[in-house]
Amino acid sequence: MSWDWDKLKDQQQKMGGGVPPNVEDLVKKVKNIKFPGGPLFIVVLLVVAALWSSVFTVKQDEVGVVQLFGRYVRSAQPGLNFKLPLGIERVTKVNVKGIRTEEFGFTSEGAPARSRLVAGETEIVALMLTGDLNVAVVPWIVQYRVKDPFNFLFKVNDNRRLLVDMSEASMRLVVGDRSINEVINKRGEIAMIARDLLQNEMDLAESGIHIVTVEMKRTNVPVPVQPSFNEVNQATQEKEQLIYQAREDFNKAIPAARGEAERTIRAAEGYALDRINRAKGDAARFTAFYEEYVKAKDVTRRRLYLETLNDVFPKLGEKFIVDHDQKNLLPLLNLGKQKKNGIAQ
Amino acid sequence: MKSKGPILIILLLVAGVIAYQAAYIVDETEQVVVTQFGRIVGSPVISPGLKFKVPFIQTANYFPKNLLTWDGDPGQIPTLDKTFIYVDAFARWKIVDPVKFFQTVNNPFNAIGRLNDIIDPAVRDFITSNRLIEVVRNSNRELDISEIGREDEQRERRPLLAVNYGRQFITEGILKQSQPKLAQFGIELVDVKIKRINYVEEVRQSVYDRMIAERRQIAEKFRSEGRGEAQSILGDKERELKLITSEAYRIAQELKGKADAESTRLYAEAFGVDPVFYSFLRTLEIYREALDEKNSLVLSTDSEFLKYFKGLPE
Repeated sequence: MSWDWDKLKDQQQKMGGGVPPNVEDLVKKVKNIKFPGGPLFIVVLLVVAALWSSVFTVKQDEVGVVQLFGRYVRSAQPGLNFKLPLGIERVTKVNVKGIRTEEFGFTSEGAPARSRLVAGETEIVALMLTGDLNVAVVPWIVQYRVKDPFNFLFKVNDNRRLLVDMSEASMRLVVGDRSINEVINKRGEIAMIARDLLQNEMDLAESGIHIVTVEMKRTNVPVPVQPSFNEVNQATQEKEQLIYQAREDFNKAIPAARGEAERTIRAAEGYALDRINRAKGDAARFTAFYEEYVKAKDVTRRRLYLETLNDVFPKLGEKFIVDHDQKNLLPLLNLGKQKKNGIAQ
Repeated sequence: MKSKGPILIILLLVAGVIAYQAAYIVDETEQVVVTQFGRIVGSPVISPGLKFKVPFIQTANYFPKNLLTWDGDPGQIPTLDKTFIYVDAFARWKIVDPVKFFQTVNNPFNAIGRLNDIIDPAVRDFITSNRLIEVVRNSNRELDISEIGREDEQRERRPLLAVNYGRQFITEGILKQSQPKLAQFGIELVDVKIKRINYVEEVRQSVYDRMIAERRQIAEKFRSEGRGEAQSILGDKERELKLITSEAYRIAQELKGKADAESTRLYAEAFGVDPVFYSFLRTLEIYREALDEKNSLVLSTDSEFLKYFKGLPE
């Protein structure tokens, strides 16, 4: 039956790799044989089937990759497209606009659990060694889309797996060169570097994947260590608080003390003025008085003395007049009831 | 015409079966080695499309042409500095020589076994002969490990965190060691990467303890710093208060002293003219102020005041 082989080959060349001839032959033969009755129906059916399988639509965000007997021939743009029917050309539609997301080290609520992950692996994905040999929890997401449908379909066996593995490797490479402090505080920088590393790896593998973004979720230290990290924050607060309180105390006391001091000084100034004015007054009075006194010393002295007695004497309480020849009278007086004793000349 | 019909149909069916047997499709992601009774015929088919072979006698053996994944078995491996870690490596490989591949390992499933046999030990070798830090870090990038209050300690730690090779170098080493051994299977190892490294459970616990202790120390440092600073501010306050009050006292005393001096000078100047008269005047004044009804007076008749009381002096 070698004729079949040659014939097939010839026809193949003539048709330019098109429809295998035996199909049309078959159609023709069937038409010839079962001419009367049912055959027409079969033919119509076949034609409809052929037409049906030669038309396909590509959605706005897709590209149709057309393969002729497994060989890539062309890409179909969005809209109505035609291909050779009956499995001769096959089309695979790839979404090139849609952004896909992979989560690492956490599962967002409502997201279906990833089949790849066995229970408990989520935490392990996020646990990383930092450059200073501490352990950090680093969850992140990778958003990507297909940029080259041809590479995406044909160059890598399992694109998603490649992306997941590479994401983890890249992220750990970046985190491995950062200290725990940097991992916690410089997420943006880490995400950017990880994105570039990852994109580079994806390009090297000809995966046809474009990394839109690598976004870090909240990085932290592992749960058992977290309280001690919070304690540091708390201690910082406490420190601030203590200093603030002391400052407040200081600010409360000092201005008040300044005022007090000012008052003391003012009072002293008042005292000084008082003293000097009084002295001046007293001096002036004495001087003036003295000037007149000098003119009539004796009489003035007597006058002053008597005037004083005149003023004082009536005001005094008990008065005892003792003859100067009388002795020993004094002890008989009950002077104790008096608070103060008078003057005895 | 009618008798020829069924024969034609049978002929056509036979032709169809033969055509089906002779033709085969190679996808973009595949390559094929054609064998005839198990023996390889011709060169492997690498380009995709519709291909033909001798029907029934020859068989098409398909192999993937695209990039394949190998995932290592994460195992506990001690590093050179005797820290036990889990290392999860993965590699990417392709079948570059399908004929060799077909002859030696036959199918991708077996190939994974070979890859396990070759890459796993290589990973183990490199991890055990390097310090942990060499696997973790990739460069000697300056790390920000400064912690307030722990500067000295951190300075001591810094050299311990320096690497001679780095992760990239180690994964390349693993690749270089494994690659030649895989060439005989028609496999090209594209790269080896370390996906995860982590401390084993016990080590992790002690690392956590260390981290906790470190943080506690820092927290304590902050607290005592706060207390110290507060005390120093309070001390400042005390000092300032004393300064202010004592200065005020000094100024006040100076003012008072000056005033006293001035008044003394004024009094002395005025009263100095006749001290006897001054004391006479002043004494009289005191009599006026000091004596009242609460005082009793005992007067002798020989006093100046009563000298006329007993009788007129001669």
